[in-house]
Parts: sequence; structure tokens; C-alpha cells
Amino acid sequence: MGTQITNLSRNGVSDWLIQRVSAVLLALYTVILLGWVLATGDVSYAAWRALFSSAWMQVLTILALLATCAHAWIGVWTVGSDYLHTRTMGAGADGLRFFYQIGCGLIVIIYLIWGTNILWGNV
Amino acid sequence: MKKDTRPINVGISDLIAFGWPITAIASITHRIAGMVLFVGIAFALYGLQVSLSSEQGFNEIRGAIKSPFGILVTVGLLAALAYHFVAGIKHLMLDLGVGESLDGSITAARIVLATSTILILAAAAWVLQA
Repeated sequence: MGTQITNLSRNGVSDWLIQRVSAVLLALYTVILLGWVLATGDVSYAAWRALFSSAWMQVLTILALLATCAHAWIGVWTVGSDYLHTRTMGAGADGLRFFYQIGCGLIVIIYLIWGTNILWGNV
Repeated sequence: MKKDTRPINVGISDLIAFGWPITAIASITHRIAGMVLFVGIAFALYGLQVSLSSEQGFNEIRGAIKSPFGILVTVGLLAALAYHFVAGIKHLMLDLGVGESLDGSITAARIVLATSTILILAAAAWVLQA
């Protein structure tokens, strides 16, 4: 054992479920935001700011941000573990994939902190 | 040590040997769109941050979207989002047992490619007229 150290939940079935739940959340968020923009028409700064300072949109956006981070982690892990593999590219693949996973993980965490800061960091 | 019997992914060389069936094209495009979105989130967050910072920032982003680079980023992001969205729904349908046969998956891949093409053209037209 000890073969699963870089996937999000250390468990393939759990990752599968997280991928689906986050996908549904992100699809709903996309439809809601697009619907708002289309319904508003010419979006002004005041309307845009009011949207993102409303409690419901802040909750939805943080949910979407968390869903994005989990979904992206699982997605880039899936792609990396398929293509950056000794089977496809030889002996150097394991080391390369290790740094790829760490790099992608860092980017996900930066997105999470940055996104939260945009919504709640009014200092 | 026990032999690893977990399923493995077919490689690019296998796909070339298979002659790139439409199902493979639909699948690899889903992955490429996902990677584009992963990188593109940085642009989206930057745009959100500046647009919410002040009225001047909001107008800056509205202007930036009209520049050639801005059009490329905005249309590219919306295209990747549209494709990933539609192909993702196909995946959720598969999880529900819809379209699991060979014929079914070919039909599903066609629907995904056709629907996403319409959405991408609509998104490009929307950005260009804005």
C-alpha cells in the first residue's frame, strides 16, 4: 500500500463522488451567474458590486470556489497520472509527476486563498 | 508483491492506432478544456478582483475584454467552459447508465460536439459585440 499519496481524498471512490458533486455545483453556479448577466443586460459597476456583496451570492461563490479547487485537484491528478507515467514517457516520469502534482496543488491552494480574499478581504 | 490489476488508460499512441474515433476526440477535448480552465481561473480571478475594486477597475476590465488579448482570453475561457460543461453533463448521464453502449457513446459524442460548437459560437458572438 501507500501508493495513493497525491490524489485528493486518498480514495478513488471518494474522489469520484467529490468530482461529481463539485461538477453539479459548478454547473448550477455557471447557469445562475450567466442567467443573472443575461437578465441584467447592460451590467453596471453598482449592479455588479451589489451582486457580489449580497449574502446569497457570497455563499454561492465560496461554494463554487471550494468546488473548483476540489474538482481541479482531482482533474489535474487524473490527467497527470495518465500521461506523466513511466509507461508513456519512461523512467523520468515519476519525478516529473511528483513535481507536477505539487505545483498543481500549490496553484489550487493559491486560488482558494486569493478567491476568498477577493470576496471577504475588505481590508 | 501482488500484481497491479487496476485499469490503465490508453495512451496517445493507442489512439493514433485506433484512428481517433469521435468518442476519443470528445474525451480528449474535455481534458484539454479542463486544463485550459485550470490555467484560466487565474485570469477570471484577476478580472473579478479588479472589477470589484472600484468603478475605475470595473471599466478597466470592460475595456481589457475588448483588446485582442482580452478577446482571446475571454472567448478562450468561455469556449473551454462551454465544452467542459456540455461534456461534463455527458459524463453525469453515463454515471446514470445513459449512453453506455458503443452506439450510444458515439451519439453522445456527436451531441456534445454539436451542442458545444453552437454554444462556443454564441459566446464568441456575444463577446465580440460587447
